[in-house]
Amino acid sequence: MNKFISLTLRIWRQKRPNEKGQFETYPAKDISTDISILEMLDVINEQLTLEGKDPIAFDHDCREGICGMCGAVVNGHPHGSEKGTTLCQLHMRHFSDGDTIVIEPWRSRAFPIIKDLAVDRSALDRIIQAGGYISVNTGGAPDANAIPIAQEAADKAMDAAACIGCGACVAACPNASAMLFSGAKISHLALLPQGKPEAAKRAIHMLMAMDALGFGNCSNERECEVQCPKEISIVNIARMNREFLKASFFSSEK
Amino acid sequence: MSWLIQTLWSSIGKKLMMAVTGLCFCIFLVGHLAGNLTIYAGKDAFDAYAEGLHALGPLLTLIELGLLIFAIIHITTGLTLFYQNLRARPTRNKVTKRGGGRTIASATMPYTGIILLMFVVMHLINFSFVDKSETTIAQIVSQKFENPIYVLIYVAAMIIVAFHVRHGFWSAFQTLGANHPKYMTTLMALSIILGLVVGFGFGMLPLYISLFS
Ligand code: FES
Repeated sequence: MNKFISLTLRIWRQKRPNEKGQFETYPAKDISTDISILEMLDVINEQLTLEGKDPIAFDHDCREGICGMCGAVVNGHPHGSEKGTTLCQLHMRHFSDGDTIVIEPWRSRAFPIIKDLAVDRSALDRIIQAGGYISVNTGGAPDANAIPIAQEAADKAMDAAACIGCGACVAACPNASAMLFSGAKISHLALLPQGKPEAAKRAIHMLMAMDALGFGNCSNERECEVQCPKEISIVNIARMNREFLKASFFSSEK
Repeated sequence: MSWLIQTLWSSIGKKLMMAVTGLCFCIFLVGHLAGNLTIYAGKDAFDAYAEGLHALGPLLTLIELGLLIFAIIHITTGLTLFYQNLRARPTRNKVTKRGGGRTIASATMPYTGIILLMFVVMHLINFSFVDKSETTIAQIVSQKFENPIYVLIYVAAMIIVAFHVRHGFWSAFQTLGANHPKYMTTLMALSIILGLVVGFGFGMLPLYISLFS
């Protein structure tokens, strides 16, 4: 059954970085409840283009909740208020006819706005570059079970590796901290034998990179884990703390 | 040594300092409360407790010195974190909703902390740095709490302490990396219980003193 609703959209418009932005109001008429919020923006953008106006810029790619490219704050919640959902998977059936939806970009010193709802999240890449990898020689794919890994470790590592790097944790954090992202990345590798050799170096270097990028400090508000579209737990932040303190005090790494 | 400074002044390092000093303050609060409960046993018991405490001599001075150093660390680090966290988000969203992680206690940590600092200064002026040559501490205390304003300030401060402890206690364990599926629910509950014990334990005292002594 196809249902249609009409909404009022309040969307942050900003022409370029460092320029003053403002909210613009757009009526969204006869929106199918089967489409996602991004598809609704597509509809609005078509109209804006026909009217000769600048379409709303927003990031997206897979539109199936796995790439981490999309993201905006919808009515005060990163990726909207649905649990474990990315923006591209937020369907209009969760809204009612006549609703006003406020859509804003991620806000953080470390994520400068590029245009409208699109922000520059390359700070997260800087953190990965600092140590979020393992060093192995390339070559043929290794045998699947050549390294025995306990099921429990594999499961925990997979839970952490579910992070799609969308930056919602930074947007959700009252302190704009990237601890859940960094914690997930550090945990994912620290839990697996392949990640162990570089664990100490990784923990220190990734934390130093994170601190230098202008993110805030974690104060255990737990907003990140509630808003994370992949429902990554702050257990990973605790593990990161352990990894960092262990590396700093007990390894020769600096 | 530069590695030590780098470690302690990193984001996790600063949190580590907050956690360790904060936990020590929790232990201090419990000790302080246990001592203060002698008030219920009457003025003599309370004065005897105070005397016993001062009889510790250099040990007491050492503890006081330790508390002072920890307070300086806790305050300077806390204010630095507060400033850095404000800086990390120069523009705020127009609409911000809680997802359910944040509590009143966690959201107000810097503010309750600053209020508590002012309270501690006042508290020390009231009861620590006073001339006790002619009177006993029990007399000073009951005199002070004849004034309802003081009762009000003290009770309010203890409610604030309760909130600060309620987030601080479990948070310290999380910061130290002690998040474990078997213990985390207990720690969370303990955090609330400790907040209540400290809040009610200390908070009832000014009321009791002003009403019954
Ligand atoms: S567009 Fe890929 S996760 Fe939303």
